[in-house]
Amino acid sequence: MTRDEFSTIAYNGLWKQNTALAQLLGLCPLLAVSTNIVNGVMLALATIIVMALANVAVAMLRNLIPHEIRIPVFILIVAALVTVVDLLFNAQLHELYVVLGIFIPLIVTNCIVLARVEAFAAKNPPLNSTVDGIFMGLGLLWTLAVLGAMRELLGSGTLFSGIDMVFPSLSPIQVLPADYPGFLLGLLPPGAFILLGCMIAWKNWMDARAAERAKRRPPTPEAIADTAEAGA
Amino acid sequence: MTSTPREYTAPGMALRTAAILFIFVIAFTAMLSAAYQWTKPAIAASALAEKMKLLNEVLPGSDYDNPMLQDTLTLPPTAELGLKEPSTLYRARKNGQPAALIFEAVAPDGYAGRIRLLIAIRADGSVAGVRVTQHKETPGLGDYVDPKKDKNKTSPWITQFNGLSLASTPAKEWRVRKDGGRIDYHAGATVTPRAVTRAVHQAVLWADIRRDQLFAEGSTQ
Repeated sequence: MTRDEFSTIAYNGLWKQNTALAQLLGLCPLLAVSTNIVNGVMLALATIIVMALANVAVAMLRNLIPHEIRIPVFILIVAALVTVVDLLFNAQLHELYVVLGIFIPLIVTNCIVLARVEAFAAKNPPLNSTVDGIFMGLGLLWTLAVLGAMRELLGSGTLFSGIDMVFPSLSPIQVLPADYPGFLLGLLPPGAFILLGCMIAWKNWMDARAAERAKRRPPTPEAIADTAEAGA
Repeated sequence: MTSTPREYTAPGMALRTAAILFIFVIAFTAMLSAAYQWTKPAIAASALAEKMKLLNEVLPGSDYDNPMLQDTLTLPPTAELGLKEPSTLYRARKNGQPAALIFEAVAPDGYAGRIRLLIAIRADGSVAGVRVTQHKETPGLGDYVDPKKDKNKTSPWITQFNGLSLASTPAKEWRVRKDGGRIDYHAGATVTPRAVTRAVHQAVLWADIRRDQLFAEGSTQ
């Protein structure tokens, strides 16, 4: 894998094709668990593990899978792998499983995994596919962390609540005064939709501004390549 | 994606794909069952440890000396405890004498559905401890009944029940302060503590009249 390929994959995962902000995939578990930073980051970590594994497995087997039955085979691979990860986690890292475990079954049903397997791993070598899985997960991680932080701050005035379940020595930060009554909308699903909408609008605004700037400057060779790619 | 340029007839094609799918299914099922068999003992051991940890949260380990997980009764669905399904009652003994009963109860009227509780009641009728094991209360609002979510770490809300008994607390005091009782609550979230308080009171009443019978029944000791 070249440096260029790596940075394209990383940029796609973190920003351009961000699963939550651009592809809008897997919103159901995303909105359900992003009530605070810790939960959001935990879900994203579980997603990273699952996506990297599913992508590498499919990329290795991609030449053995007939095109006509690829979807059932992908689902089989993803479901089997996730179940094995779930079992191994439970047996070997029980402490971590108690915290992370409930998120793993949520991921199996998540269309992000199948989407990346179908769109990327089925057409690319194992190493690139692993990197893609990891960066798609990292893109989800920062989005969920920001969304979780906003919901937590609005809803209960704290940050990192629940961190003591992961690291017993740490405790949550009370940002707003302790008698902050809490804004319930932040914690309920409608609030999650509204805040996610704001984040998507912010991303689109950033993209539009970047495009505007690029237009004013004389086009660089990379920009030309980008437009050609976008048009293709 | 197929690298073979060979042309297949329709039935040949169907057979070929079916065979490949079958091989994939066999391979991954084998992988699954191997992982399941390999991890089974470790998972069973940690489930047991988890259970003991929860039981020790409502009743300190120094208060009993019998293997509690073996000294159990299966309760039929009990309306007084809000249970629609059979549940397990654990009997703690110390030096052969009854020490405490540990059983499940459900508060059916939480803000967002049923709240499952684990309650330990000592042989003298006082509450040894209560823990919320399952709930859907609003995060950050009503979920302080679960000490893991309670911001007050030194004396979480749920510990108020410790030591209360029917003898020390008249029936009208088994309520939250707003309703004239002695149980504190957080402003803005009264429904949840009210439901838990009522369920604990019900459980204490239920255990009080059949304590001796529960300790004696089917006893192997």
